[in-house]
Amino acid sequence: SSSLLRKARFYTSCLPLKKKDSKTRTVRSNLLLPGPETEKPKGSPLASNRLKTTKYTALSFLPKNLFEQFHRLANVYFVFIALLNFVPAVNAFQPELALAPVLFILAVTAIKDLWEDYSRYRSDKEINHMECLVYCRNEKKYISRYWKEVEVGDFVQLRCNEIIPADILLLSSSDPDGLCHIETANLDGETNLKQRQVVRRFLELDSEFDPLKFSSVIECEKPNNDLTRFRAYIIHTNGNRDGLYKENLLLRGCTIRNTEEVTGIVIYAGHETKALLNNSGPRYKRSKLERQMNIDVLWCVLILIVMCLFSAIGHGLWVWQFSEKKKPVFDVPGPDGNYLSPVLASVYLFLTMIIVFQVLIPISLYVSIEIVKICQVYFIHQDKDLYDEETDSQLQCRALNITEDLGQIQYIFSDKTGTLTENKMVFRRCTVSGIEYSHDANAKRLAMYQEPDSEEEETAPKGVTLSQRDSICSHQSVKAVHRSQSTKSHRRTGSRAEAKRASILSKHTAFSSPMSTLLKLEEKLTYSVQMNNNGYSAQQEKRAIESGPEEGELRYEAESPDEAALVYAARAYNCTLVGRLSDQVSIELPHLGTLTFEVLHTLGFDSIRKRMSVVVRHPITDEINVYTKGADSVIMDLLLPYDPRGKHQKKIESKTQNYLNLYAVDGLRTLCIAKRVLSKDEYACWLKSHLEAESCIENREELLFQSALHIEKNLHLLGATGVEDRLQEGVPETIANLRKAGLQIWVLTGDKQETAINIAYACKLLDHDEEIITLNAESPVSRSLPDGSVQIGFASFCTPSSSAHSKLGLVIDGRTLAYALDKTLENRFLLLAKRCRSVLCCRSTPLQKSMVVKLVRDKLKAMTLAIGDGANDVSMIQVADVGVGISGPEGMQAVMASDFAVPRFRHLEKLLLVHGHWCYSRLANMVLYFFYKNAMFVALLFWYQFYCGFSGTSMIDQWYLIFFNLLFSSLPQLITGVLDKDVPAEVLISVPQLYKSGQNMEDYQPHMFWMNMIDALYQSLVCFFIPYFTFYDSDMDIFSLGTPITTIALFTIILHLAVETKTWTFFHWSSCIFSILLFFFVALVYNASCPICYPPSNPYWTMEKLMGDPMFYLTCIISPFIALLPRYSISLSMCTLVIAHPLYILFVLELR
Amino acid sequence: MAVNYSAKEDADGHPSGGLGAAGGGAAKTRKPDNTAFKQQRLPAWQPILTAGTVLPAFFVIGLVFIPIGIGIFVTSNNIREYEIDYTGIEPTSPCNKCLNVSWNSTPSCTCTINFTLDHPFESNVFMYYGLSNFYQNHRRYVKSRDDSQLNGDNGSLLNPSKECEPYRTSENKPIAPCGAIANSMFNDTLVLYRIDNETRIPIHLNKKGIAWWTDKNVKFRNPSGDANNLTALFQKTTKPVNWPKPVYMLDSDPDNNGFINEDFIVWMRTAALPTFRKLYRLIERKNNLQPTLEAGQYSLDITYNYPVHSFDGRKRMILSTISWMGGKNPFLGIAYITVGSICFFLGVVLLIIHHKYGNRNTSADIPN
Repeated sequence: SSSLLRKARFYTSCLPLKKKDSKTRTVRSNLLLPGPETEKPKGSPLASNRLKTTKYTALSFLPKNLFEQFHRLANVYFVFIALLNFVPAVNAFQPELALAPVLFILAVTAIKDLWEDYSRYRSDKEINHMECLVYCRNEKKYISRYWKEVEVGDFVQLRCNEIIPADILLLSSSDPDGLCHIETANLDGETNLKQRQVVRRFLELDSEFDPLKFSSVIECEKPNNDLTRFRAYIIHTNGNRDGLYKENLLLRGCTIRNTEEVTGIVIYAGHETKALLNNSGPRYKRSKLERQMNIDVLWCVLILIVMCLFSAIGHGLWVWQFSEKKKPVFDVPGPDGNYLSPVLASVYLFLTMIIVFQVLIPISLYVSIEIVKICQVYFIHQDKDLYDEETDSQLQCRALNITEDLGQIQYIFSDKTGTLTENKMVFRRCTVSGIEYSHDANAKRLAMYQEPDSEEEETAPKGVTLSQRDSICSHQSVKAVHRSQSTKSHRRTGSRAEAKRASILSKHTAFSSPMSTLLKLEEKLTYSVQMNNNGYSAQQEKRAIESGPEEGELRYEAESPDEAALVYAARAYNCTLVGRLSDQVSIELPHLGTLTFEVLHTLGFDSIRKRMSVVVRHPITDEINVYTKGADSVIMDLLLPYDPRGKHQKKIESKTQNYLNLYAVDGLRTLCIAKRVLSKDEYACWLKSHLEAESCIENREELLFQSALHIEKNLHLLGATGVEDRLQEGVPETIANLRKAGLQIWVLTGDKQETAINIAYACKLLDHDEEIITLNAESPVSRSLPDGSVQIGFASFCTPSSSAHSKLGLVIDGRTLAYALDKTLENRFLLLAKRCRSVLCCRSTPLQKSMVVKLVRDKLKAMTLAIGDGANDVSMIQVADVGVGISGPEGMQAVMASDFAVPRFRHLEKLLLVHGHWCYSRLANMVLYFFYKNAMFVALLFWYQFYCGFSGTSMIDQWYLIFFNLLFSSLPQLITGVLDKDVPAEVLISVPQLYKSGQNMEDYQPHMFWMNMIDALYQSLVCFFIPYFTFYDSDMDIFSLGTPITTIALFTIILHLAVETKTWTFFHWSSCIFSILLFFFVALVYNASCPICYPPSNPYWTMEKLMGDPMFYLTCIISPFIALLPRYSISLSMCTLVIAHPLYILFVLELR
Repeated sequence: MAVNYSAKEDADGHPSGGLGAAGGGAAKTRKPDNTAFKQQRLPAWQPILTAGTVLPAFFVIGLVFIPIGIGIFVTSNNIREYEIDYTGIEPTSPCNKCLNVSWNSTPSCTCTINFTLDHPFESNVFMYYGLSNFYQNHRRYVKSRDDSQLNGDNGSLLNPSKECEPYRTSENKPIAPCGAIANSMFNDTLVLYRIDNETRIPIHLNKKGIAWWTDKNVKFRNPSGDANNLTALFQKTTKPVNWPKPVYMLDSDPDNNGFINEDFIVWMRTAALPTFRKLYRLIERKNNLQPTLEAGQYSLDITYNYPVHSFDGRKRMILSTISWMGGKNPFLGIAYITVGSICFFLGVVLLIIHHKYGNRNTSADIPN
């Protein structure tokens, strides 16, 4: 499960093959004479290289942005209400003013969009104006052009360290072997260099490549986003066809390294390049809390409609009681002088009430939630506990809107390699021909792992690196200037954990090829050969190792850490890999000197075959050998069935299998190595079919797969290796703590069962006192049998009697998992899995991983989190509610697919237990508070309707009504939503049980919405009726009553928040005080500003008058008290109850 | 990510790959700052509700609120108030004959009600008229006015706002003041006499100083022009339909005529609730030796013009002294006393609970 390449290959094979519409692209040189118009294919023009990621232009911004914003239903609703105000018969407010909040919200979003788009525009511009060398026909040389001017068919020359401007087919390289190294960190985050190859036929050219003479036609597939695939062929003038591969393509965004000069023809430009096609925008996930909230928003709509209906009917009755002749003076007829009929009046009133009560649907809710989440993300980012010194990386939040989901996770699905373990492979043991050898040196080095790590890095002067590079890297005719550059750049990017580790052993860098898995194989081959031939004993090996470090000059970079481990180990026994080109491997052997093997073919890894092979020609014997490495289960099946050497071979096999089992028990990763000698005829026969497969565009993967199956059989077992992968720091503690927090942890790994179980014991996932249920379907041959056995297994454990076993662990292997995930069995499987404390799925494919996650997510309706580091975890990360990637050495695919990326597994603890808990409780409280606040404010207006004939009058001035949410009461709740801490971080960590409150949705349960509504009802009754009775039968005018009510409501709302706030910081205090002062300031200024403005309401001098009246203050003091007394008493009694709660005792103990 | 890489980033040695690049420099790391704000360790006060903090709070609230309540209650009780319903619903009422009066009935119906004050009214007395079941706060009614016309804007005077419809124009002339509020202005006349030995001594009722100062001086203004010749200023306008006489004939005093007539201003300040009172006249205390209104016989002459019977309205005349807290209203005092008592009671209950159960919990903690 470690090799990135293998994983990448897996994805390739997973992709559906393109439909055979034979729509290919034909690329010709632009330099060909004459008239490029006739040459160019008709139809859709090819994209230019100009980058345009902006969404808007100056002209289209307004309509397009508005159009996009109106996709949000809430926005449409608010605009509808604002427009309703322009209808004279129903309007409630000054129409222009009613538009203000909607416009404000729209403007805020628009400005945010504009800003984002502008920064995109600037980065586009910067990239578009980067320069590169393009061949010009007129001047017959390469001239400098902007990137945006590059077109398909242009010839581009690139120098070392330049960034590739488009997808370019490599036609020439300054490297004598036609190689070019590129760094793909910009694409996938992998920092090791990859080799690219000049198209084979151009490599054979004697003279320098001349673009003018290029007359071949390239036929390639339509632009697509698959980085690991390029299917094309080139047709030369003489009619010959050559296949082109991804090894020939330089991808836009990568950087040329260690190669002085390359030339190529542009195949895909601009937005059709693979890099840009791969760039999908951020994913939008909706959190569980938000889904719950949306239900309550719908309830609010229902409440609104009920209130409006009630008012409308009330108004109809009120109008009806005055018969036509006895119309009172205060019932104003319509503009035409006729009175409205009761029915019509109530219809109009219904619409008016919708306007008046619109505040019930909180317009600012969505905006506030977004603001709060951005701040929460900021704080998670800034947490120094989530920062890893070693890799200098911190947590990244890639999804901004699901922070609160972190507080509600119930199931964690974890990868093993690289997630629970370091993914720093150390070679430990091997078995060759049934004899076991151990590699003790690494065991010692493991112990003193850290110290040399940093020292070596610092004490290595650059000069040394350079000179040593020179001596060995013979095939690189790099000029001094460029070399130093490239070395420097490489040092820079390579200064990560992996590189550091590699530098312990050596100072030299030998770049692995993209097919570098091969390295391992080659080493293995020589290794085993050497040991067989020379009969090294274990003691001799030890001696060899002692001299090893002094002469260690090489530095290997492999795509997967365990490959590197094997190569290093081999070198310790003086079998040194000294050179690696795409078609040959040079190995220095102690007795034979340097041998150069010709690599004929590499058959890459895929997860179906679970193995990879290489076909080499032995330099001495000229034999053609196939070496295959892979999982033992696969290799063992492929061994020569009828054995000519009889029992001996059988014995080796059984011994090897035995050792493999032992390795697995020790937690080592095992690999089997096997060999097959091909006869010339066999090879020639196979070669023919293989070449056919290679040059095919459409079905290449399929055919290559078949071709590989053809050659990987009748193998002869050589041996097996065991590589150790250390547990990451703090993993057992983290798992224990997460478990205490009520989280179910499942480990889904591609490793073999024994290894997985062993690691599981090591990280305390399984306990020795646990009863372990192992589900292994015996035979893959007949389906009915394993089905039956699984069924029996399930049945026996599903009986209620088994509940006596409190501690169960379930181990299931991939094959059985496939049956268990079957529709008919999945429920039973889940039932069993639910009973178990931990579940371990071994030998599972990426697809199975995601299916397991999906099963739990959908069937158990549980919140799931998937954590992994490699490309094989991507699908599981995407399926889970929360995907966490580990930014480890296995590249960035997992991180790119994830919602959160953490440097280490142990960071999950704080991320979930502290930040998750906080985010959830903060947001839950804020949302509930929002509903309460709006309901309470709107209910005030509702009560007033009983005293104004349900006519839709609002005693609260329209300005207060419209800006109450936006200005006066928004800040404190935002501050609380961002900063409140219900429990301190230390307690959350030390009492993980507190996390269960989030899982059980304790902070926001459906009934809490209604509790808040009832509280809002009560509070609004108090806030309305205390002023009502105080000013009953007095000479108070409308706004002199409404202003105290508004003030009281504001006090109550802020004090309510104060009761709910658990921790008070400076920001809380100041925001509350600021809000109240702001209200008085705005009220005073507004009430004094204009005696005749703002029809229909005009509260001129109301506030000033009220503030001279002691009754105003007396009502304002007592009403919030009465309003909050019940809530305060309840939270008080809750507190008293909590004292007896077991958690509280823990809490108190922790504080001591 | 692939799109937004930039050359600059790369040159600085920070590949956007994200893995981190300490480089040789090591000065710049991604390590977050260890500040109290960023680490969410701001100094904070965590209110832990314990008996120690809550109990005193309850007692203090009780001790503060009860005296305030008593103070308000006593003040309210000391206010003298006398109220007469003169709607004339009861057949025995002197005003019963005027019950079905209409807006345009001429001559006006008059009635007299005699009443006795048992206690003297010591300080200044405010005379109110009160209306019940009169929805001056009806939405369309409230809107039906033109503030700029009332502010003396000549343009609006002749072209009132559309909000005034259908009381905007009459006989093709703009109505001044326009709108339903003005149209329905209270137009009963109340005159108060003291009956001293069978003789009716009129009591001086001050008609000025009853409106808000800002209304009288800022918000309401007569149209610009010769203030002494209001007739000319309002020449091109017509009176509201229900009014017997135009706005420039509301009073003889030029300082209380036209839009700045205080009775008009008071009426235009629309009442919040359907039962309301509006200040009608002031009776000022003449000297310190005599109460403003002595105990004794009084009579109230009413020119009954305002029809309320059709919508079951009531009309009242209220005499009231006034304190710092306004008119008589015992509600707030009672509320304060009640809340104070509840807090006190809760405090006592909590104290008992705390004594009975609180100790057990703390003692249970100690062995741990």
